Order: sequence, then C-alpha cells, then structure tokens
Amino acid sequence: MIHISKRPDFNRFTGEKKKYNRYAGMLIGVGIRLAALLLSLVVSGVVIYAITKLNPLKVYAEMVSGSFGTSRRVWVWLRDTALLLVIAVGLAPAFKMRFWNIGAEGQVLVGALATSACMIYMGSANIPTPLFLIIMAAASVLAGALWGIVPAVFKARWGTNETLFTLMMNYIAIQLTNFFIPMWEHPKGSNTVGIINAGTKAGWFPEIFGQQYLLNVLIVAVISVLMFFYLKRSKHGYEIAVVGQSENTARYAAMNVKKIIVRTTTLSGAICGLGGFLAVAGADHTVSTGTAGGRGFVAIIVAWLAKFNPIIMALISAMLVFLNKGAIAIASRFNLSNDVSDIIQGIILFFILGSEFFINYRVRITRGKEKEA
Amino acid sequence: MEKAKVTTVQNEPAAEGREAPERKPAVELIGLTKYFRSIPVNDNIDMSIYKGEILSLLGENGSGKTTLMNMLSGIYFPDAGHIRVNGKPVVINSPKDALDLHIGMIHQHFKLVDVLTAAENVVLGLNESFRLNLRSVKREVEAICQRYGFEVDPDKKVYDMSVSEKQTLEIVKVLYRGADILILDEPTAVLTPQETKRLFEVMRNMKRDGKSIVIITHKLHEVMEISDRVAVLRKGKYVGDIETAKTSPQELTDMMVGRSVSLNIERPEPHDVRECLRVEHLSVTDADGVRKLDDVSFKAYGGEILGVAGISGSGQKELLEVVAGLQGAEPGSVVIYTDRDGRTSSLIGKTPMEIKKLGVHLAFVPEDRLGMGLVGDLDIADNMLIRTYTEGGGIFVNMKKPRKLAEEIVEEFEVVTPDMLTPVRKLSGGNVQKVLVGREISGEPSLLMSAYAVRGLDINTSYTIYRLMNEQKEKGTAVIYVGEDLDVLLELCDRILVLCGGRVSGIVEGRKTTKEEVGLMMTHVGAVRAE
Repeated sequence: MIHISKRPDFNRFTGEKKKYNRYAGMLIGVGIRLAALLLSLVVSGVVIYAITKLNPLKVYAEMVSGSFGTSRRVWVWLRDTALLLVIAVGLAPAFKMRFWNIGAEGQVLVGALATSACMIYMGSANIPTPLFLIIMAAASVLAGALWGIVPAVFKARWGTNETLFTLMMNYIAIQLTNFFIPMWEHPKGSNTVGIINAGTKAGWFPEIFGQQYLLNVLIVAVISVLMFFYLKRSKHGYEIAVVGQSENTARYAAMNVKKIIVRTTTLSGAICGLGGFLAVAGADHTVSTGTAGGRGFVAIIVAWLAKFNPIIMALISAMLVFLNKGAIAIASRFNLSNDVSDIIQGIILFFILGSEFFINYRVRITRGKEKEA
Repeated sequence: MEKAKVTTVQNEPAAEGREAPERKPAVELIGLTKYFRSIPVNDNIDMSIYKGEILSLLGENGSGKTTLMNMLSGIYFPDAGHIRVNGKPVVINSPKDALDLHIGMIHQHFKLVDVLTAAENVVLGLNESFRLNLRSVKREVEAICQRYGFEVDPDKKVYDMSVSEKQTLEIVKVLYRGADILILDEPTAVLTPQETKRLFEVMRNMKRDGKSIVIITHKLHEVMEISDRVAVLRKGKYVGDIETAKTSPQELTDMMVGRSVSLNIERPEPHDVRECLRVEHLSVTDADGVRKLDDVSFKAYGGEILGVAGISGSGQKELLEVVAGLQGAEPGSVVIYTDRDGRTSSLIGKTPMEIKKLGVHLAFVPEDRLGMGLVGDLDIADNMLIRTYTEGGGIFVNMKKPRKLAEEIVEEFEVVTPDMLTPVRKLSGGNVQKVLVGREISGEPSLLMSAYAVRGLDINTSYTIYRLMNEQKEKGTAVIYVGEDLDVLLELCDRILVLCGGRVSGIVEGRKTTKEEVGLMMTHVGAVRAE
C-alpha cells in the first residue's frame, strides 16, 4: 500500500547547527531535481528513439551544440534568457502579493509597441543614443504600467477578478498591435512592420565590448538584483509579503491595502513593459503580435518555481531557454517536425514540475503485514 | 458500512481469555509514535480505552493529544506502533477506515455544510443508495436523539444553528455512522456553562449505553466532573493514567507540567485608575445588514481588567475591531480614547494608520491569530516587524530591533521553536500566542485588547498569559479581556461586561458576581442588573 505524507522540513538536523540544516535541505532538493532531470532525459530518449530511431545521445549532443555551439549561439541564449528573466522578475512582486497577473504577455506587447513607436517616429531626429534609449525605456515602462494599473485599480476599488481582467488586457494589446501593423508596415503590402531603422540603426542597442547583446544582459542583471533586495529587504517588499498572506493582517498592521495592490501591480506591469523594450530595441528590431511569444506565460512558471527569488529565476530561465533552443536545433538538424521538440520540452518540464511533489511529500510503500495477523 | 460490520463483529479467540472480564479494552494503542519534522510528537505511547468509560486526555499544548487521537481517527498515520480494536490489530488509513471500526471523532472545527439541513448533513458522504431516503434518516436521527437526550431538529439548516446545536449535530452524525468510540476534541471550548452541562448529560447517557468516550479538554474542573479516568501526556510521552475519583486538579496539573504549579489566578486591587476608553451608543451593522452591536456603552479604565463575557458571536469581535479601526460603526457611535496625559481623541471612523498616527498606544491580540495578528509564512522576527516596519528612514526595513525583540520573546516566554528561521505557522498554538502577545505588550500599550487569549492554550501557558495581563494592569494599562471560560473571567477580571446578542446585558463586579449570574446574563439581556 502506498502512503503519502508531508515531507518533514529540510532543517531536520535541528539544534545549534542552523547552517547545516539549511544545507542538508538544499541537498535533498537539488538531488531530487537532478534525478528528475536525469529521468526526463531517459524517458525522452526512449520517446525519441521510438519515433525517430535516432540515437538519443546524438540528439542530446545536438541540443547542446544547438544552444552553445558557437559564441553567437551562446549570446543569443543569454539574450533570450535575459528577456524571459526580466518578465519573471516583473511578475514576482505581483505573484508574491497573490495578485494573479497573467497579463504579462500584453504588458510586454504594449511595451514593445511603445518602443517601436519611439523608434519609428523619433528615429530620424538624431537624438544621441543613450538619451534615445532612455526615452524608449521610459515609454515602454509607462505603457506596461498602464496595463498593470488598470486591473489593479478595478480590483482595489470594486473587487474585480484580476485573473480574468489581466487575461483580457492581453487581447486588447494584441488587437492594438494588429491596428498599428498596417500603419507601420514596411515594405508596403507585406503586412509586417519589418526591421525598423535597418539603415540608421537608430534606437538599436549599441554594441558593448563588441558584444551586441551585452547591454540586454546588464540591464536585466541590474533589475534582478534590485528586485531581490526590494522583495527581501525593503518596506514595500514587507508589505507585499503581508498583503499576499492575509489582507486582514495587513489591515491590522495599519497598511493601506488598496494602495499596496495598485503600487505593486503597476510596478509589475512596468517591468514587463520594459521587457517589450528589450525585445524590440535589444533583439528583434521589429514588432508583431508574436513579440511576447508566450514568454508572459512561461515567466509565470519561472517565477513560481523559483519561489520569487530572482537569482533562482535566472537559473530556471537559462534552463528553459536552453531547452527551447536545443529542441529547435534538433528539429532542424534531423529534419523533424517542430512537434518533436515540443514533446521533448514537454517531457522535461513534466518531470521537473512533478519533482516538486516529491520535494514536498514523501511516498513510502508500507507492507500491510499487520493485516495478516 | 456493511463491510465495516463484518470486520468488527468477528471474535478474536485470543483476545477473549487474556482480558479481565469486566475491564475490556475497546481500543489499545501500542507503541504509537509520530514524528513531525523529526521531532517525536508522540513517543512510543501505550494506552487503552475501555468499553463504557469516559476517558479524559489531558496534557499541555503540543503534548500530542490531538495528534494521538488523529492517528486513531485516521487523519494521521503512525510512524511506528499499531492499534488494536477489540483485541484485533487494525490498520487505519483514513477517517472512513476509522468509522468502519466504529471510531468517530468530533473535531474542534466543525465539518458541516452550512446550506444543508441537519438530516442532509448526517447522510452526507455516506452514499448508501442512489436515492436519498431522507424520511428514514430523520426517523433514525430522532431515535438517536431520544435515546441519548439530544435535541436536534432534522429539518433545520446548519446556518440557522447555534454553536452548541452544530456540535450536537456533529455527535449525532458520528453516532448515526455507528460509532462506539467517540473522541471529542475540546468540545466545551465553545459552549456556555448551561450548554456544557447538557453535553455532559448526553455523554453520561452514551456511557450508560456502553459507548467509550475520549474527551480532550484543558479545563480541570470538567475533567473532574465528567470523566472516569484521566490519561496524561507530557511532551509527547505517556505519563500515566489515574482514576478520576482518586485524584485532584492539583495532582493532575503537576502530572501534566512535570512540576508543581500554583492554580490561583492573582487579582491585585486596582489603583490609580483613570478613564482610558469611553464607548457610547456604539452600534455596528455587518455587510449583510445584521446588527452585530446595538447601543453598547461602557468605560474601560487604566489599571483594571475589564472582562467581556458572552456566547461566542455576541459582538465581541466587532467591539474590539471598531476600537482598533478595522470595522466601521453606525452614525452616532462614540469611541473616545484618553491617553496617560489626559488628552482625548475620537477613534470612530479612523483607519488603523490614522489611529497609530494619533499616538494611541493600542495593543490588540485578535481572535484569529494567524489570520490577523501574525503572518504564518514569516519567521518570528519578521512578525515582530508588523507593528514597527515603517519606523526609521529609508526604503529598507531595519531588522536589528525586530531580531533582538524576537530573541527576547523566545527566551522570556520559553517559545518552543526549532530555530529562529521557522515560519510561525509551524509553531504550536500556544507558542504562536506567546509570540503574538509578546509582540503586542512590547509596544508599552496604554490599552490592551485581547480576544480569547488563552483559547486552546494549556494550563501553564494560560497562567503565563494571566500573569502578563496582570502585569499590564499594574503598569496602568487598560486591559480588555474577552474570554469564554467563566471561571477565569470571575477570577481575573475587576469588572465584567456581559454581552448578549450584541447588546449589553450588564456590567458586574468580578469579585461579587457568580458564574450562574453571568451565565444567565449571557443568554437573557438584562436578566440581572448589578450596576
């Protein structure tokens, strides 16, 4: 008979050696996750072989080289990790407050629209690059903040459901994009915006130390570190933690709950909007309804898996982006359909998410020997 | 259900000869052990429950009483040891398994569906047949009621029921499911003295019928009154059992605590009293338009303890929350606070932030400790911050003071915690309360309000709380103590405000009144006027 019980907290070596406790707990967690990863590789290996008759080891090798094979690939991997991470970092305060912001997709998109608008309408004004970048960043932050503040005010004032509200805001953002694409389309008739300022590169992220994407990484690193301290050490971070746990306690503690909800969600939207700026000015140099590319939803997984710790979010983002890149690489290398890469990603995610269960619960197989007596 | 009867009706030949004929254990717990976070909360416990007896299970908070009974009723699964029912080894994996063995538990928190009637709640989850035959259920419920002296209206909806009716229904529900061994977890905590008396009557009837009853309670006088035998747990270990007739409250306390404890609550004479809080014509209506408080007027003085008595839900919560700024009041209500220098300020219509900015030193120990007073997922130091996090400049919180305060509280009140980083929700109830009370009095309050400050706490911790209340009183703090144990209210408080259905039934002198008088005032407005 299978018996499931809550795993004891990992600080099982209670007593004076506090440090050792946490360390032991972490070891078990890391061990279970590694085992899950290994198991997922074995299972997807079997699936790969069953479908394609390819040597799974070769496929995995191709995944690695697809992500890290050249220095450019490594930089693209870093750039995409940074983009996913900044969105997750943006979501963290909202989710920590138990405000279910599933509107990051739309917030990124309006940020991207605002950035594109700046590039298109101000690109020929010869503004110095640093100033221009700041203007674009500010525009994207404002747009994202607007997408965050609207559902927050409605929730704080009238108690509307933020899940539905933020979800609907995504569609408004998509329709807005559809509205702007014909206005900005280039070349005419293509129904795409095309590469903006392809000739002048106005508003593009400059190369730093010869690296095109270093600026993306730096910006996101700074934001992540700031967010880490904001959530862990600041008065606002404390308010977010209390409101997320219990609004009653927050009111008891003389906190202005409505103000905190609006402020936090606005901040969340603003950072996601900045994600749109990174996507357009720092990577794609164009905008489409696919600019956010589902990252607004993937980022939710990142934020939750990391329990809102920006440092762990970075690791998880890096892994998810690697999986994605690697899966696309094997699909093209072995002439497989894109679905195969989705299957592999799915299997690996399934095991990693599933491992959380085994980290929190212990499953024991008990023999029903008492029954015989 | 059918299967259940088969499993237990069988006779175990081995069990027959071994036991003395009149003392037949219905349940034997053998070496039961349960670990939480590698700490044994039940350590190798051997205990028997006999047929037709009322057994009191006594122990301090965190001594493992509820855990032990939860293993018997299928909520927890033991890490070691086993259970025998009628001499037969059994494995109890779920509450259903327990009921199949005729073991039923009545929990502190009722598990009833509000919108259903009594009869519907009784059959809920039984799934005996596709079509509900409510008429026969009602007949059976009435038969059970008649047999034991319950009063249950099978057609009454649960949301219309009083706490005591709900509890009765829980017991009927368990009896309907065929329980012969009933476990009651602190059943009297929510009852008035009159209701407790009725419950005890019913328990005696059930005993006469051959049922075994285990009652968990902290109230020693109830232990003495109702039980045949007392089993004592201390820190997860079985200390021993003793026949009630051969023991005394003092001896039981000493067994429980492991050393000698004085059972007298001090009540120093108030001195230098001054008006601290004046409430006049206070009325509160809740979101559903229900009057929770109706024209309540009273004064609380610095240097005395004002008790608030009443059946739970008589407006105690609203009263404290209005003063704390968490609840609005009807127009015309007056709440005036006077500080130690004689400055007065009105608290009506103010938010907690505004009250704080007025310089009102208010401490509030709410009834809902983890849902209002503390944040369960944060550690002790982080919880200290709740009152003071805005202090100091800059955008960052200063953790130095709260850390120090947390350590002081842990040391002074002997809070049991694995380490300082443990979230408070993982502490036991008594320790949670120590953390909360410790924080609230650390702010040097001039008005201290507490709601059910000792609910669920063991004797030792309760007496610590009484001592702290008295210390505050001696310091000139106005203490408002909302309580449910009349014995304590009568021993601790200088004056007692009795609420009945949101109205003031009267204010009586703690030194002069009797339990009966207060009990009567709790159920009938203005039954006695003592002031």
